[in-house]
Amino acid sequence: MNSDIRKMTALELGKAIKTGEISSPEATRIFLDAALADQEKEKKSKNGVNAYISIDEEAAMRDARDAQRRIEAGEYPSPIAGVPVAVKDNICVEGGVTTAASKMLEGFSPPYNADAIDKLKDAGAVILGKTNMDEFAMGASSETSYFGITRNPWDPTRVPGGSSGGSAAAVAARLAPYAIGSDTGGSIRQPCAFCNLTGVKPTYGSVSRFGLMAFASSLDQIGPIGKDARDCAVALSILSGPDKKDSTSVIKEPFRMCETIHGELPASGLKGLKIGLPSNCMDDGLADDVRACVTTAAETLRDLGAETEFFDLPLIEYAVPTYYIIACAEAGSNLSRYDGVKYGFRSENAKDMSDIFRLSRSEGFGTEVKRRIMVGSFVLSSGYFDAYYKKALQVRGMIKRAFDEAFERYDIVLSPVSPTVAFEIGGRISDPLAMYLSDIYTASVNLIGSPAVALPCGFGEGGLPAGMQFIGKAFSENMLLTAANVYQNATDYHRRECPEA
Amino acid sequence: MKTDDSLIEYLAELSKLKLSPEEREARKADLGDILAYMEKLNELDTTGLPEMTHPFDASNRFREDEVTNEDRRADMLRNAPGSKNDYFKVFKAVED
Repeated sequence: MNSDIRKMTALELGKAIKTGEISSPEATRIFLDAALADQEKEKKSKNGVNAYISIDEEAAMRDARDAQRRIEAGEYPSPIAGVPVAVKDNICVEGGVTTAASKMLEGFSPPYNADAIDKLKDAGAVILGKTNMDEFAMGASSETSYFGITRNPWDPTRVPGGSSGGSAAAVAARLAPYAIGSDTGGSIRQPCAFCNLTGVKPTYGSVSRFGLMAFASSLDQIGPIGKDARDCAVALSILSGPDKKDSTSVIKEPFRMCETIHGELPASGLKGLKIGLPSNCMDDGLADDVRACVTTAAETLRDLGAETEFFDLPLIEYAVPTYYIIACAEAGSNLSRYDGVKYGFRSENAKDMSDIFRLSRSEGFGTEVKRRIMVGSFVLSSGYFDAYYKKALQVRGMIKRAFDEAFERYDIVLSPVSPTVAFEIGGRISDPLAMYLSDIYTASVNLIGSPAVALPCGFGEGGLPAGMQFIGKAFSENMLLTAANVYQNATDYHRRECPEA
Repeated sequence: MKTDDSLIEYLAELSKLKLSPEEREARKADLGDILAYMEKLNELDTTGLPEMTHPFDASNRFREDEVTNEDRRADMLRNAPGSKNDYFKVFKAVED
């Protein structure tokens, strides 16, 4: 029974709760027990998944009882009311602890909820706990967390991807029915690809960033991670919508995708849908096993009625340097708020004001965060600003125009998510450039503000999952998720689960 | 881009970081590689092109300045690493 509940999609569980097959507190208890057992295993023998940084049992059970009361009173706030969810630890939840996986914020208790959390709670969501991640979301492997690494449930010697690695690992290991992550350069999509999950990086401005600890403000977006496109559609419908507290929240009203996406495979399939595959995303830079999976997926999409063709998408090779200049510049500015004064870590060795700033930051931040702050200081410094930062902003515009031209010809740009399947723990952590290049197919989507859906498309080396992404023009989430749903109705990659640890 | 001691020291100062000797050596090497990689953008001619600072054509979204929060001094101070008499406590910043 318990393992059946844990295998359900969020929508299936929501339905079981609605029909009284199981109550929200019962379901929540099952996931809490599984998550706590994994934490215990990690503590004892260092071989858990270690998906969570913190689990707030009391708050989760209180949320669950509230949701159950609302459902029994006939108020039915969403199709996933009463369903538990795991939240990335850079999204503020009032009352608990939110750390961004940094020593700098160990024990930090946010005095408010992120807007995304308020929206989830209004919809009857039950927050199980906060998930592990790369420190301040800076990384592609979840290895830079101050609170230890997360292991990939498909192979514990591999990384789960990053930075939302804990959120993805929690869903893959059935320690949460779905999860919330954030994506600045691929941080939702790449962990989904590594853990055989579906995830959405929404259009910039469709989910409020209020209460998301800022990394790179012109790139960051919160989005859902789930077992399939339907769960993501429902979760995104809840998360999206305007927020007065975020001036970049440009969406007029929330996505309402539940209706369109619940339907079975339409008789027309994907007829009329034009899909372009950038040939330079399928060349030597891509591992053979992932290329084979994406190629087969393109054939399946064609069988389902879509028109697919290769085309040249210029400038892909410039996306990573452009992304890292802009992301580091914004990170350097954003992280200047951590000064050891109002909140966060303060060095015990500080003897004057200047020490409070310099020692607190030096002792509170990890290596990758400090590295990026220094890169940011460099590209914004007098003498280098034009050659690096200004240049990157100009190239960002060129990349945007290249995609705009592609979207005149294609509804969807199809590409791999990551050049390889999940890599080994320790494999790239000492080589920052190799880690940065993990973002080669994902970073451009954040630069242009477009939405993208990552979804499973097969299995490569060692039986590890491979992912592809559907990229569309701004606010095309409905079309992208509908296409993903049609694909998932015709395939079963996304239904395959990793063995119980 | 040559990442010598003086550049690393300058960046540490701008970033308000104090680096250990090991960190300084490590940053000299890896920042050198990273900045060299970023110079790939020099292959592109961007003369006269506009700078894209935001994903969309952004215009300010104005709203009335309304008070929506109440006094939550205790909540704010709860996270402070040092506080005294309802204030954040730091070292003396102004000379006598």
